[in-house]
Amino acid sequence: MMTSHENEKEKMDTTVKPSSLADVAQSKSIKTPGTRAMGTGLETRGVHAWFGKHHALSNISLDFAAGTVTALIGPSGCGKSTFIRTINRMHEFIPGAAMAGEVLLDGKDVYAPGTDVTKIRLQIGMVFQKPNPFPSMTIGENVLSGLKLAQLKVENKDELLEESLERAGLWSEVKDRLSAHGGSLSGGQQQRLCIARALAVRPQVLLMDEPCSALDPGSTLRIEETIRHLSDTMTIIIVTHNMQQAARVSDYTAFFLSDGGPGQMIEVAPTSEIFSRPQDQRTENYVTGRFG
Amino acid sequence: MSAAVTVTPTKPWKASKRERLTDVAIFLVAIFTSFVIVALTPMQGKLAYFAIFFIAYALLTSIFKATQRGSAAAKDALVNSLVAIGAIVTVVPVISILATVLKKGLPGISFGLFTHDMALATPTDPLNNGGILHAITGTLTLVVIALILSVPIGILTALYLTEIKGRFTGPIRFLVQAMSGVPSIVAGLFILSAVLYPITKAYSGLMGSLALTILMIPTIARTSEEVLNLIPNELREAGTALGATQWRTVAMIVLPAAKSGLVTAIILGVARIAGETAPILLLTGGGDKVNPNAFNGPMGSLPYYIWKSFNAGSPEAITRAWAGLLVLVGLVLILFTMARYLGSRKGAK
Repeated sequence: MMTSHENEKEKMDTTVKPSSLADVAQSKSIKTPGTRAMGTGLETRGVHAWFGKHHALSNISLDFAAGTVTALIGPSGCGKSTFIRTINRMHEFIPGAAMAGEVLLDGKDVYAPGTDVTKIRLQIGMVFQKPNPFPSMTIGENVLSGLKLAQLKVENKDELLEESLERAGLWSEVKDRLSAHGGSLSGGQQQRLCIARALAVRPQVLLMDEPCSALDPGSTLRIEETIRHLSDTMTIIIVTHNMQQAARVSDYTAFFLSDGGPGQMIEVAPTSEIFSRPQDQRTENYVTGRFG
Repeated sequence: MSAAVTVTPTKPWKASKRERLTDVAIFLVAIFTSFVIVALTPMQGKLAYFAIFFIAYALLTSIFKATQRGSAAAKDALVNSLVAIGAIVTVVPVISILATVLKKGLPGISFGLFTHDMALATPTDPLNNGGILHAITGTLTLVVIALILSVPIGILTALYLTEIKGRFTGPIRFLVQAMSGVPSIVAGLFILSAVLYPITKAYSGLMGSLALTILMIPTIARTSEEVLNLIPNELREAGTALGATQWRTVAMIVLPAAKSGLVTAIILGVARIAGETAPILLLTGGGDKVNPNAFNGPMGSLPYYIWKSFNAGSPEAITRAWAGLLVLVGLVLILFTMARYLGSRKGAK
């Protein structure tokens, strides 16, 4: 596994060089999964999703090995966000929603009867498209809000606060104004605050739903850096419309597509393969920018 | 830096002296026109001056703009003056009411007014006899009890409509909307026939508060619902995604985020009931003595006091009524300011 220093150097290279996506993706070494004590990972077995009668997602089976970053790419409306929302059981909040299949976290189905949903969501954290810090709370309170919301007890709150912000790459920017309001931060900082908030409850898996789509390029790079660091200790699934981003941050990439019917997974492979030797013609068309 | 050039900040977009002069000229011509027309036609009275002035002003500015910059600018000027007229027409009656209440009420205000009740005086007595302490304490008691009863019910109803969205959302929303149109006398008669006659069989402050609660709940529920609907769904999702139950998400995120709006909802509720008279006349018995016990014995209140004094008819009594009115308006104003202040302080714990 790379050290963070090498990692950053890689990043510099990839951002300066206007190289092809395949080069970007291949310039990273492929991570060997499951080397840490962070669970055995996540897998989905034949996941379908519906909104009312609308079949939005069909038969998605994917493995997410512990400690890897998987990017979900594909055109809008192909069910990527719906898919990750079935993983932490946020899908069920939409009126008329239905699903089929299994989502196995450490081998246990999160939809099994008698499962405590709130525990599942503690283990599978989520970062949303739009930064959404809690407006009534300070920066510090935002980070620790998960503990209060889920009624968790922690020995040393200050330590956890610093650690979470440090891991989200925000500590040095906010350490002197932890009692300021979250809304006073810039968009990129707010998003990293939301990442810190998700990290504070120590999830095994982090779902990111287009976390950079509302951000400027500089903030995007900071967050990508954060993602690379985090992948040492957790499993990350990121939905993105930015193929550069998928190439830069992910170990594996899955391509989703809807041909008018429910969204399907066309292909999954190590990221470098998806961008250099895609197996499916449709994947190739998409990653080379011929459609979508 | 050598040879620093001093640049004076200017505002090139501001009206020039000439433009301002023409504006003033149009204004004066409009006033002049209104005088001429009132003098030459059978139209009479203050209202005629106002109406003619506004019409003349709107017409003159738009004609002037039309000659200067064409019909689009003329329409713009016309709409501008209509909007200004609308604003003035709204403000003038309010200021007029306040001025009248002040003018007629001030002669009746004295220190003794706030320290005595009417237990040993009648409305027709000289003004230095008796006071309205019983009415102030009574109104405050009625409002506070109504608040205690209606705030939880109103906000919980709003939460049911916005957060739980259960099967009865539609009917409940409909009922709440229908309830907000219930005439206050109906609320009073309802408590009279459903609670006072069959159960307590006696006037008391509580009976009045119950009727006020009925009037207050729909205001609070509807306004709170609107406020809660404005809270972005992303915040609820963020809370849930952090492993919170729905109740904790609502209590720790949604309600604090909506705080200032909820305070406004409560103010509007208080405003609805503070001067409410009909149910009070029916239910509280309108005592003349300070009554600290809301559950027993007649309780005075400002609207009741005003009503009773006006009915007594003598000049002293009428002055008392105006003084009571002034205090009631002042009380509502203080409540508003207080609530506004509490609601606007961001992050106040």
